[in-house]
Amino acid sequence: MDVTIEAEGLRKTYGTHTALAGVDLAVPAGTVLGLLGPNGAGKTTMVRILSTLLTPDGGTARICGHDVVRQPREVRRRVGLTGQYAAVDELLTGRENLVLIGVLHHLGRRAARARADELLERFQLTDAAGRAARTYSGGMRRRLDLAASLVADPPVLVLDEPTTGLDLTNRRTLWTMVREQVARGTTVLLTTQYLEEADQLADRILVLDGGKVIAEGTPDELKRKVGDEQLQIRLRDGGQRSAAVAALAAVTAHQPVPDDDEASLRLPLTDGLAGIAAVAAALDAARIDVESFASCTPTLDDVFLSLTGRSTAEKPEAAA
Amino acid sequence: MTTLAVETSALVGRHLRHLARVPMRLLGVTVMPVAYVVIFGYLFGSVIEVQGGGYREFLMAGIFAQMMLTNLQHTALGVVDDLGNGIDDRFRSLPIAGLAVPLARTMADLTRVVVACVAMAVVGFAMGWRTHAGPLQVLAGFGLLLLLGFAASWLGVLLGLRLRSAEAVSAVAFLVVMPMTFLSNAFIPLHGLPGWLRTVCEWNPLSAVVAACRDLFGNPGSAGDALPMRHPVAASLLLITALLVVSAALATHAYRAAARGR
Repeated sequence: MDVTIEAEGLRKTYGTHTALAGVDLAVPAGTVLGLLGPNGAGKTTMVRILSTLLTPDGGTARICGHDVVRQPREVRRRVGLTGQYAAVDELLTGRENLVLIGVLHHLGRRAARARADELLERFQLTDAAGRAARTYSGGMRRRLDLAASLVADPPVLVLDEPTTGLDLTNRRTLWTMVREQVARGTTVLLTTQYLEEADQLADRILVLDGGKVIAEGTPDELKRKVGDEQLQIRLRDGGQRSAAVAALAAVTAHQPVPDDDEASLRLPLTDGLAGIAAVAAALDAARIDVESFASCTPTLDDVFLSLTGRSTAEKPEAAA
Repeated sequence: MTTLAVETSALVGRHLRHLARVPMRLLGVTVMPVAYVVIFGYLFGSVIEVQGGGYREFLMAGIFAQMMLTNLQHTALGVVDDLGNGIDDRFRSLPIAGLAVPLARTMADLTRVVVACVAMAVVGFAMGWRTHAGPLQVLAGFGLLLLLGFAASWLGVLLGLRLRSAEAVSAVAFLVVMPMTFLSNAFIPLHGLPGWLRTVCEWNPLSAVVAACRDLFGNPGSAGDALPMRHPVAASLLLITALLVVSAALATHAYRAAARGR
């Protein structure tokens, strides 16, 4: 399989802070790699190195076989970057922004205009094309930024937290647009703080912490490590908890885990709806009064807790 | 067109659009120097005697030169502005010449300076300023001024990239522009100054530029004894070219170094 993005032993230090402590990665052509981690994990440093904005202190990285340090121009021709902050010119209109990027890519003015119109259409910005980007909403800005990184139709797309700060609707729209781009054969490297986002978009996930890779795998493998979706059962009467555990033993092989809260317990949810139905029936038969059922999906925080034993809120060291 | 020309002209277009969309910026750079022309012209003009013509004829070259030097601040603030939002990263991630971004900015700022120059010349003319030299000489005078504005702009790129904050830029620009303009022959004839101060002012590079412009415009001004004052045109060409070469080299280096993570 062709490897489009590859890195070996990437290191970067800022003063005494180690942003990257030797990271390897390989992204096969046409796939999506998600870099998952909390703030200060080294995600943005990684993105900046791969898009030639930053020179690593050690290690090598190649995009389509071109070294990011020695052949930056070749790399820039092939990488579209969408940064954490929507990099659009606020005073220019949406169309002017895209035409400018097209001309800078030497498409020629006429072709740059045609390409801009095509992208505006695809990213649902045609109506706002003649307005200054300053007037755009957060979601529109991100879409314009994504469009700007696709002007030259690059084989590689690097997305640095593309949906941070967006609401769910806008987030979903952007996900769909990224998926469309992947369907066209683009190789994507994506950083995110959201497990759900990585799950939605990535073929493989690399979990970064303190500049190191602490886990790697497909989204499913990773979730299995953390534990599957769980069913949380809250009882009206805490005194019935042991009776509930006994009743559940008949319908599930998993040992229910008591929560900190006395009236609540958790159970791995393996059989979907049928499993919930069986649990509900068993509890009902044992005349146990249930206040609520809730399903909990693992979050980045759960991944971290299970991989490192600490929450994402606690920083590893004096991380920036 | 070569690649650099295509890239630079596209980016100059961006800056000119900004100028058209936010006319206040243009007004900002024009109003100050025009105000100086009026205030200095009437205020100092009534107390300072200049032989061989009036004070207002003497003043114009000085105000033009001051405005050119101040251009460094406007350029530096624009650079800081672009660093603050992601647009600078966007340009760096494109396969364009490293020179294109700062070159486009300095060229666009030069356009802005030309507009301010015209406004000042009109106001000066209304107040009685006249040139007394051939049109080619007058044009050469403006050419020299614009070259200074261009060089100052490159110094501004360097300051913006190094200081990275609007407050720091304003403070440093003040520290450069104030002594350079006031310890020079821009606003006052130097003959009345005590010896040591007069020497300082005569060796100030800006004095050479101002003296050269007065010569080329055919406006009055007291020549000095220091070497640059005896050959003002040659001296100012040399000094401005040196400033331009050094600033442009350091600014381009700073622009590339910023990509390596400072």
